[in-house]
Amino acid sequence: MIEYGHFALALALATALVQGVVPLWGAARRDRAAMALAPQAAVAQFLLLTFAFATLIHAHLTDDFSVRNVFENSHSTKPLIYKFAGVWGNHEGSLVLWVWILALFGAGVAVFARELPATFTARVLAIQGLIGVGFLSFMLFTSNAFERLDPPAADGRGLNPILQDPGLAMHPPMLYLGYVGFSTAYSFAMAALIEGRVDPSWARWLRPWVLAAWIALTLGIALGSWWAYYELGWGGWWFWDPVENASFMPWLAGTALLHSAIVLEKRNTLKNWTILLAILTFALSLLGTFLVRSGVLTSVHAFASDPARGIYILALLTVAVGGSLLLYAWRAPQMQSGPVFAPISREGALVFNNLLLAVACGTVFLGTLYPLGLEALGGPKISVGPPYFDRTFVPLMIPLLIAVPIGAMLAWKRGDLPGVLARLKLALAAAAATLALTLALGGARALLAGFGFALAIWIVVGSLVEYAERIAFLRVPLIRSWQRLRGLPRAATAMTLAHVGLGLMVLGMTASSAGRVERILVMRPGETVALAGYEVRFDGVRKVRGPNYVAERADFTVTREERPVTVIHSERRFFPVEQRATTEAGIATNLLRDLYFVLGERSGDGWTVRLYYNPLVVWIWGGAVVMALGGLVSLTDRRLRVGVPRPAARGVALEGAD
Amino acid sequence: MRTLLVLLLLFLLSAGPAIAGVKPEEMLDDPVLEARARALGQQLRCLVCQNQSIDDSDAPLAADLRRIVREQLVAGKSEEEIKAYLVARYGDFILLEPPVKPATWGLWVGPFLLLGLGGVLAFIYLRRSRRGATTEDSELSEEERSRLAALLGEDPDGAHVPTSSSSP
Amino acid sequence: MAAEREELQSHERRRGAVWLYLLPIAIFAVVALALAWGLSRDASVLPSALLDKPAPEFELPPIPGRDDHGFSRRDLGGRPMLVNVWASWCVPCRAEHPLVTRLAKEEGVTVHGINYKDAPEDARAWLDRLGDPYTYIGSDRDGRVAIEWGVYGVPETFVVDARGVIVFKQVGQLTPRVIEEKILPLLRELERR
Repeated sequence: MIEYGHFALALALATALVQGVVPLWGAARRDRAAMALAPQAAVAQFLLLTFAFATLIHAHLTDDFSVRNVFENSHSTKPLIYKFAGVWGNHEGSLVLWVWILALFGAGVAVFARELPATFTARVLAIQGLIGVGFLSFMLFTSNAFERLDPPAADGRGLNPILQDPGLAMHPPMLYLGYVGFSTAYSFAMAALIEGRVDPSWARWLRPWVLAAWIALTLGIALGSWWAYYELGWGGWWFWDPVENASFMPWLAGTALLHSAIVLEKRNTLKNWTILLAILTFALSLLGTFLVRSGVLTSVHAFASDPARGIYILALLTVAVGGSLLLYAWRAPQMQSGPVFAPISREGALVFNNLLLAVACGTVFLGTLYPLGLEALGGPKISVGPPYFDRTFVPLMIPLLIAVPIGAMLAWKRGDLPGVLARLKLALAAAAATLALTLALGGARALLAGFGFALAIWIVVGSLVEYAERIAFLRVPLIRSWQRLRGLPRAATAMTLAHVGLGLMVLGMTASSAGRVERILVMRPGETVALAGYEVRFDGVRKVRGPNYVAERADFTVTREERPVTVIHSERRFFPVEQRATTEAGIATNLLRDLYFVLGERSGDGWTVRLYYNPLVVWIWGGAVVMALGGLVSLTDRRLRVGVPRPAARGVALEGAD
Repeated sequence: MRTLLVLLLLFLLSAGPAIAGVKPEEMLDDPVLEARARALGQQLRCLVCQNQSIDDSDAPLAADLRRIVREQLVAGKSEEEIKAYLVARYGDFILLEPPVKPATWGLWVGPFLLLGLGGVLAFIYLRRSRRGATTEDSELSEEERSRLAALLGEDPDGAHVPTSSSSP
Repeated sequence: MAAEREELQSHERRRGAVWLYLLPIAIFAVVALALAWGLSRDASVLPSALLDKPAPEFELPPIPGRDDHGFSRRDLGGRPMLVNVWASWCVPCRAEHPLVTRLAKEEGVTVHGINYKDAPEDARAWLDRLGDPYTYIGSDRDGRVAIEWGVYGVPETFVVDARGVIVFKQVGQLTPRVIEEKILPLLRELERR
C-alpha cells in the first residue's frame, strides 16, 4: 500500500516538473494549450499527493510497523488521535503535509481563479510547480516517509509524550497552511515580475490568498503559544525561541503585505514594495523551514537536525529566494509607481504601518541570526534571548499600536489628522481613565502596566468608535444603524474585528505579565495557602492510569471567601514505552483569570507545588482568534470573489468607501 | 498492581522533565534577595538546555547556577559582579541579554539603523509623492486601457488587460 | 511635452534607485553565506571562555577509599598535562576511557581526572573495573570546581601547558581523530617550547 503512495509521490514530482516548465514556456509563446496544462497539472498534482498522504495516514492508523516512518514515530498503544497527528509530528511526515498544502493552494488557484488572464494563471501555477519540484525532490532523495523497514518491526518506538496533545496536534497543519499558503503570494509576485506589470486587479486577486494564509498562520502561532503555556509547565507563552521567531517573521511580513495590498488595490501605488513583501514573506517561511530542520540554531522546538538535509534546503532557499530577488532587482525598477497621496492620509498611515512592521520583522531577524553571523566572523558566541527582544521589539510596536485607530479613520489621499483625533476623543479619554485607574490601584510601580492597558483600551475603543461612526450609531434610530451595518462591505467589519482582536491581545499580554502572582512552596496534604484572594487547599496525591501512561495526580480545592470555586488536578505522567515523563498543569480558565497549578516532586512528607494566578491571560489567544475571525470575515467579502459580476453591488460598495 | 508500582518506581528514578525551575528549598528567606535572584535568573541561560533560562530549567547545572547566584547575592555581590563571574567562566553566551560591546554594536544599533533607513526611504517616497500631488494621475485607468486594447484590436487574453467582466 | 518631462523625471528616479533594488539580494547573499557556514559546525558546542587563561585556583579531595593525594592547582604546571572531567554515570565517558588510557599509558601523557558529581563507591567501582589512567584524581561532589573550569557537561577534556594556562578544550568525548589531529600535535608543540 505504501509503495503506491511512494509511486504517487514520484508521479507528483513528474507532474510538478511539467507544471513548472511547460506553462512558463507557453505563456511566453502565447500557446493556449501549453498554458492550459497548468491548472490541469495543478489539480492532478493535488490528487496524487492526496493519495500519497492518505496511504501514509493509513499506515499510521493501522499500525503498519513495516513502514519505517510508522516504526520510528508510533506505537500500538498510542491513542488514535495521536496516531493520526503523529503522521506529521516528525520530519518526513511533516514534509508530506508541506507539499500537500502546497498542492492544495495550487489546485485552489487553478479552480477558483478562473477569471484571471490565462498567461497569468499559467505563470503563477508554474512557479507553484517549481516550488513543488524543489520540495518533492528533497523528500524523495533525502527524507522519504514511504520507506519500508526490512525486516518489519513488531511495534514502534512511540511518539514523544510531550507531542501527544490536542493543541500540538493541530499546530503544524495550521502553521503550514500559513507558511505554505504564502507560496501563492510569492507565485503571484513572480508572475507579475515576469509579466512586467502590476495593476490594482493584481492586488485584488492576491488578497484572498494572502488572507487565507495569514488567518492560518495567526491561528497556528496562537495554538503554538497556547500549547507552550499549558504544556511546558511554567506558564510562559512566548520565549523568542529561534523556531518561534521563524514563524513570527512571516507573520509580521504577511501582515504588512495584507495592508500594502490594500493600498495597491485602492490607490494603485506601493507596487514594488508589495511585490517585495510577497517575496519576502514566503522567503521567511522557507527560512523558517530551514532553521527548524537544519540544526543551525539551538532551539527547544527543532526537529532532529541533520546537516545534510540542511544543505538541501539551503540550496532550495538560495534558488527560490535568490532567483526571485534577482528578478526583482531586474524588473521592479521598470514598473511605474502610480497615483500620489499626501503624507497624512490613509495611505500614509499604511506606509507607517508597513515601515514599523518591516523594521520589527528585521529586528527579530537580526536577533535570531546575529549570533550565527558573529560566530561566522570569528567573534564570540553570544546569546540573544527575551531581554533583547523586550528592549527592541516592544518599543517598535508601541507607535504602531497607537496608530491603529488613527489610521483606520483617516481618509484616502488626504486625511485630516486633527479632525480624526477629535473624533477619537472618547477613546483617548477611556485610555487616560484606564491609566489613572491602574495607577490608583497599583501605585507608581504599575506605570508600565498602566500604559499597556491604556494602549489596549485605546485600540479597542478607537476601533469601535470608528465602526460606530460608520453605522451612525446612536445618531440615528437603531434600526437604521442596523441597516447600515448590513450594508457595510464585509471588509469594514473585518477591519474593526481584527483591530479589536489586536487590542484584546495587548490587554491579555499586559495583564498576565504585570499582574501575575506566583507561589512556589512545599505543601502537605490538607494544607491551605492564599493566592491572589483565593484559598487553595492541597488534597494530596493519588495514582491514576491512562491509556499509555501511569501518573500521580494531585487535587487542589480552590475557594474564595469560603465559597467553593473549583477543583484543579495536576499530574506527573510516566510513559513506559518512550521512557519519558511529563507534567500536566492543572488550569482553571475563565475570562478574567487562569489559576495554574503544577505538581512537583515529593519533598519530605509533602510535595513541591507551583501555584500561579494569571489575570486575563486567555485574551492573548482569544484576541488572536478574534483577529483571525476578522480575517475570515474579510475573506467572505463578495468583492473578493473574483469574476463574479456584481454591477448591482457597486452602488452599495461605494457608500462605505474604505 | 505490582507493575504499577514498578513503573512508578522507575518513574521516580528517571531523570525526566518533571518539574520546571526554581525549587522551594533553593529559595532564599529574604524576599528582596530572592526577588533579585529570580530577576537575575531570568537573564542567565541554561547552558545544557535549548534556549531556556536557569530559572525555567530542571537541569542539574541550572540548579547549581541558581545556587551560586543566591550564595553570591547573600554574600553581598551585585548583579554585575555575579554576571561577570559567570561570564569569566562560560563566556557571553550565558547572558540572555547580549552585552553591549563592539562585537554586539551591530545587534543593538541595528534596529535603530533599520528604523532610520526605513524612515528616510519612506520620507523620500512620501515627499516624491507630494511633489506630484497636484498633477493628475498619469496612468490610464482600467477602463481606458481596455478601450485602448479594443481599439488596437489586441487579443484581450494575450494582453494583460483585464476584461470588464473581471472587474466588479 | 508634459509626457517627456514625466519620462525624464521617472528616468532619474529609476537610476538613483537602482542600488536600492539590489539591496534585498545583497542582504540575502550575506545571510545565505552565514547559514551555509552555520551548517558546518555543531551549534550546541560552547567554546571555552578560559582559553589562553590560567587554570582556575582549586583544591579537590581524593575519592574516599582511593589514594590520598587529591587534585589541586599545584599539580598543574611544569609540563603540559591533560585534565579530564568524567563520571561513572556518564555513557560517553565510558566510551572515551580506552582513549584516555591510551594517552596516559602509551603516549606518556600526564592525565589528571576530575570526578564530577559521583558517589565514591560508584567511582571506585568504575575505576576498578575499567582501569585508572589518571595521575591524580579530584572528587568534585557538588560540581563547583567544574563550574570554575567552565564545564557544562561531561565528558570534557582540557589541555594545560607548562605555565598552567589552558590552551585547548574538548567538549564531549574524545575521538581518535581529535587526539591525532589536535591533542597530540598540540602536546608535541608545547613540549618543544
